[in-house]
Amino acid sequence: MDGNAPDFAAASRAALADPQLRGNFRRAMDGLMTKRAAQFPDAGEWHGVRALAAAVRLRALSKLPELLETLEENCTRNGITVHWAATTEEANAIALDILHKANAKLVVKGKSMVTEEMHLNAVLEKDGIEVLESDLGEYIVQLDGTMPAHIIMPAIHLNTKQIAHLFKRKIKDAESREDAAYLTDLARRVLRAKFQAADVGMSGVNAAVAETGTLCLIENEGNGRMCTTVPPVHIAFMGLEKVVEKLEDVPPVISLLPRSATGQPITTYVNMISGPRKDGEKDGPREVHLVILDNGRSSIYADPELRDTLRCIRCGACMNHCPVYTKVGGHAYEAPYPGPIGKILVPQIEGLEKRGAMPHACTMCNACVEICPVKIPIVEIMGRLRVEAVKPGGAVKDGGAKASRKESMVWSGWAAMNASPTAYRLATMAMSRLGNAAPSSLPMLKEWTNVRTKPRFAGRTLHDLARAKGIPDV
Amino acid sequence: MSTIPKPHRVYYFGTCLVDLFFPDAGMAGIELLQSQGLTVVFPQGQSCCGQPAYNSGYRADALKVARAQLDLFPGDDPIVVPSGSCAGMMKKHWPDLFRGEPDEAKAVQVAGRVWELTQFLVHVLDVRLTDQGEPVRVTWHASCHAQREMGVVEEPKALLRQLANVELVELKREKECCGFGGTFAVRHPEISAAMVGDKVADIEDTGAARVVSGDCGCLLNIGGALEAGAKAAHGQHIAQFLKERIHGR
Amino acid sequence: MSDARNSILTRLRATRDAHPPTPPASDFAPIEAKQWAAEERLPRIRRLMEAVHTEFLDATKADWPQVLREFLAREGVGSLLYAPGTEAGKQLVEGGERGPIPTLIPYDRPLEDLKPQLFETIEAGLTTTRGAIAETGSLILWPTAEEPRTLSLIPHIHIALLRTDALYDTFLQAMREQGWAQAMPTNALLVSGPSKTADIEQTLAYGVHGPKRLVVLVIHQ
Ligand code: SF4
Repeated sequence: MDGNAPDFAAASRAALADPQLRGNFRRAMDGLMTKRAAQFPDAGEWHGVRALAAAVRLRALSKLPELLETLEENCTRNGITVHWAATTEEANAIALDILHKANAKLVVKGKSMVTEEMHLNAVLEKDGIEVLESDLGEYIVQLDGTMPAHIIMPAIHLNTKQIAHLFKRKIKDAESREDAAYLTDLARRVLRAKFQAADVGMSGVNAAVAETGTLCLIENEGNGRMCTTVPPVHIAFMGLEKVVEKLEDVPPVISLLPRSATGQPITTYVNMISGPRKDGEKDGPREVHLVILDNGRSSIYADPELRDTLRCIRCGACMNHCPVYTKVGGHAYEAPYPGPIGKILVPQIEGLEKRGAMPHACTMCNACVEICPVKIPIVEIMGRLRVEAVKPGGAVKDGGAKASRKESMVWSGWAAMNASPTAYRLATMAMSRLGNAAPSSLPMLKEWTNVRTKPRFAGRTLHDLARAKGIPDV
Repeated sequence: MSTIPKPHRVYYFGTCLVDLFFPDAGMAGIELLQSQGLTVVFPQGQSCCGQPAYNSGYRADALKVARAQLDLFPGDDPIVVPSGSCAGMMKKHWPDLFRGEPDEAKAVQVAGRVWELTQFLVHVLDVRLTDQGEPVRVTWHASCHAQREMGVVEEPKALLRQLANVELVELKREKECCGFGGTFAVRHPEISAAMVGDKVADIEDTGAARVVSGDCGCLLNIGGALEAGAKAAHGQHIAQFLKERIHGR
Repeated sequence: MSDARNSILTRLRATRDAHPPTPPASDFAPIEAKQWAAEERLPRIRRLMEAVHTEFLDATKADWPQVLREFLAREGVGSLLYAPGTEAGKQLVEGGERGPIPTLIPYDRPLEDLKPQLFETIEAGLTTTRGAIAETGSLILWPTAEEPRTLSLIPHIHIALLRTDALYDTFLQAMREQGWAQAMPTNALLVSGPSKTADIEQTLAYGVHGPKRLVVLVIHQ
């Protein structure tokens, strides 16, 4: 493994050793799964709306270049300035340029996963610009100096007590009270002053409507509305896949996203922005910018199988239902997107050299596939990435980076044994007779027997028993 | 689910894990089918469905192994598999694996005839079981691939509920993966251990004497963990459990 | 950065055309099928919104200013920001003599000139709505030059007037029947309750950034 590649195995070991963390995640994910299930009491409704949402996303992808052009055209007509960035560096440069022109000193941000991809906050801070996350969870994580542990609930890894301690340390005049209502009110006071003073507000985009040039944002807190309404300049960031064709395509997406994500019928706010303040209007930003980011997405798009990755509406439900995520939490992945969607998206964006281990951090249980509101074949893509990781020169960045002669020899040996009845017979006979003598210290067996007894070979195989009992062979 | 008329003859694909570690469960499955008046054919040339290599990224090796199975099941008789995972590999993934290959049509035909054992017992044979055993409390572990690739959810539990002296207590998180995941268990042993740890705790909460499952990967994992932890419950394949019950053991 | 634009679009087009996808038809029937009888809509909206701490008041076309004033007096709300250019704003001011009077502040200048007051002293804001949605219990807000968007965002209490003749089954139905796609305003909103968060250990807390209270004043027709 190269020096800067994140070490998922090591990070997950650390997470597993933290009983507090494990308890926090177990409780939270169990709760979220139950709440989601309660939102879909009618299987017919779920199947119908899900098929529609998947169709909406697929149709958008099938017309992606045209829709992006239409979106640009309609946004521009509405007064929104559209920018294109091939890389995160370009996107950061665009952001800095807008900020410099606005002479911005203070930026308030609503939730945006794309800006996490860009590491925008670090870039702005380096430039001497104060940047404040305003989603309560993001704010907590920013105060704590860590990364979001979940794409919808960034601070899900912390409990009230830990957050109370954090606020006490970081916020002037904070009392030491382990009370969510008090802590929320404290954050309200701090952040309202910032909303009022901010020069620029930033946000993500949940869906951008080509037909009308509208940016849709959903949220519960109102910080997204603050960021997109109060400061004189608003910059929205979107991955290029976020476009939908028509305004009517928004309701199916909005119908499933909050129900899947947090088990609520709808978010408190559905915020639809179609331009900056018009003449005569009394509020709203005077400038609205939309930054459309590629960052590897057009490569993902190039492969007809991997393309399905781009259907994602970032509901996070796959995380909530992932038994691996539930055990290790979001930080172990050391990536902007953890959990199942992260395991397929991040290796494709960052390459298999750095992220080739991620698609293996999965038991292929398909729990995510079962609940994904847009029917992404997450596990099939996971399997495909495992292929690409050992196959040089494929469709994915750094394909073949994990190829190993030893491993491929093991598999060809395995295939030779299983493809020939004679070889199989001899091998299983040998294993049945001698296998139990294998010491537990052997590689693989050692890992296995940490918490389990050694698998016991049965002495006689089913082939032997069937023959002995006269079960016909043809 | 759609079904087929009751056949006279079925093929049995035992799977490599059953072959090596649970041959008695494999035989029990054969005997359950025979007890319904069926001729069961066990092609001696069979080995493995190819799933281990398929899921590890070595598709060419998987194809080689899957291909070696194709000619063992001539005709139209159903192929019954005492494993949801291997049945899922054959039914759902063989068509993908053979896509564009000269024998694709044959693979698709074979895949279309694959049944998971409990599914076959319930939907095709509509079996009626008479319990001869002592009262016992059991719980059911649903394998991920049985549930989500083969759609086997209620069938095994329906079979267990036919048994008068068997009290079935469901797991708190029945649908959650036990952490086996093939090579996952050795690639990520700590996470796998944590997962099976949660599963064992849920099993203990039911107070069951046995955890019954239809998949041998899960059984190696859960059974091994129960045994290593010296827990009261132990794991058993559903075929063997059913056979023992109807024979009064 | 038009380089990026062209190279992205060219690439997308070439690779899409190499493997043209065939998306399934978009069948909106599962959403269109969601319908409630006319008399069920309001109770449903009320139930869903009350479940997330929305408050409801009942009034008629004639007496709502009175009902509102009484509410404000009861709750000790001293200041109300309103939109003087709207019908509702006019009716509110005209209904002046008939009840205890909170300070009525007209939203008659740009946000910049009102910011400190808005953030620091004004307690409540009054808006109209363009209807509500039964499926999810959501108000449709349609801010205009006369009725700015911060009215429903910054004051601690947001009071929304809801006419009972504008209740829709679904978001989809509302946008179709009101012809949204032909004329989207600068900002359109669905609002389904007061501001809330569960970011601290999944514990619901209300009033994190937006209004702490949402009061729906139902104007029965
Ligand atoms: S992959 Fe599916 S479940 Fe996961 S975040 Fe995306 S849309 Fe949600």
